[in-house]
Amino acid sequence: MVTVLERDSELRQRAWDAAASVVDPEIPVLSIADLGVLRDVVLDGDHVEVAITPTYSGCPAMNMIALEIEVALERAGFRGSKVRTVLSPAWTTDWMSDEGRQKLRAYGIAPPQASNSRRALFGEQAVACPQCGSDNTELLSEFGSTSCKALWRCKACREPFDYFKCH
Amino acid sequence: MPVANIQVSETPLVLYALRRADDALILGHRLSEWCGHAPMMEEDMALSNIALDLIGQARELYTYAAKAEGNDNDEDKLAYLRDVRQYRNLLLVEQPNGDFAQTLVRQFFYSAFADLYWRAMMTSRDTTLAAIAAKSEKESAYHLRHASEWIIRLGDGTEESHARAQAAIDHLWAFTGEMFAVDDGERALIHAGIAVDPGVLRGRWLKMLSDVVSEATLELPQNDWMQQGGRVGRHSEHLGHLLSELQSMQRTFPGLAW
Repeated sequence: MVTVLERDSELRQRAWDAAASVVDPEIPVLSIADLGVLRDVVLDGDHVEVAITPTYSGCPAMNMIALEIEVALERAGFRGSKVRTVLSPAWTTDWMSDEGRQKLRAYGIAPPQASNSRRALFGEQAVACPQCGSDNTELLSEFGSTSCKALWRCKACREPFDYFKCH
Repeated sequence: MPVANIQVSETPLVLYALRRADDALILGHRLSEWCGHAPMMEEDMALSNIALDLIGQARELYTYAAKAEGNDNDEDKLAYLRDVRQYRNLLLVEQPNGDFAQTLVRQFFYSAFADLYWRAMMTSRDTTLAAIAAKSEKESAYHLRHASEWIIRLGDGTEESHARAQAAIDHLWAFTGEMFAVDDGERALIHAGIAVDPGVLRGRWLKMLSDVVSEATLELPQNDWMQQGGRVGRHSEHLGHLLSELQSMQRTFPGLAW
């Protein structure tokens, strides 16, 4: 016999899995669960409310992510789900899962370091090259192809690369 | 047919949020004017990225202001359907981009202030304002570092870059006093633990500036005469031109949606 509680917990898990399957449109190897953007999935009857937190204030990917969550839930059989944006606590790269960090590196993007290195003038952090692993790298620009990335260059293998900056 | 301006009931709280939102939107728009024109590609991307952060901050603050006002306004109406005299931003942020040095000095003055301001606002008793501040603070730290590095590079660079950076500092200095001005409504919000008292930030702001400016072999002006008016809607000629571009689509095609 399946109790109501068990049914709800199974439904919630299905809703969570559906929402968690959505990937960042800019970095398609990372799911919003890997990123720490997916904060909560609440089941109210058969309706689902998903809470997400924005990475950067102006990140244009957030609208797209919200839309894709609704589509993913619809496909999983949940009708009329809602996506809510929560601002607090503010998103930090510290929430990125270890699995997410490994996926990023394999994709060619150096994963973020601990967030306390943000405030040093003339970024002194050492970022390892995601291609060859060398620490002999240099910052080209603090602002890269998207809000969340900086542009670096490896002096060992001469390859430029993106660094997912800490936040 | 002309599109009417919206009316905004400017309670102290609405006005407080609008002032910060307008600062972020107008400076973000100014920076976006560099898109495709910056002296090098890295800077084109950097200035556009910073613009995006600022416009994102503005959106949060406008949404908050509209909710605090409780009427029919929203973030889009507040941005697109107020005229010059209804804008409440600092005169500093509406100043034209000028040369690259002028853009970066303007950014440096603002970012040093914003960084201290957001960090202080994180302890606001208003949880939404505190949350917006916690988000913005992470971004302003990068903006400040970017601008500081450029001030040093320009000041301690060639004779030409030094002269341009110094000229920009001298020109924009008179617009910095307004950042620390507070009216009665805002004073009450400060006492209620909602707003930040900018006066207490001034010492640290000056210290941040002096450290960078002296490393850049530049000087801060001794002149303490300050220009004011932006916070009550008395703007320089430049803002009208900026808004005519920023608002042209909504003014031409009312209610246009993407």
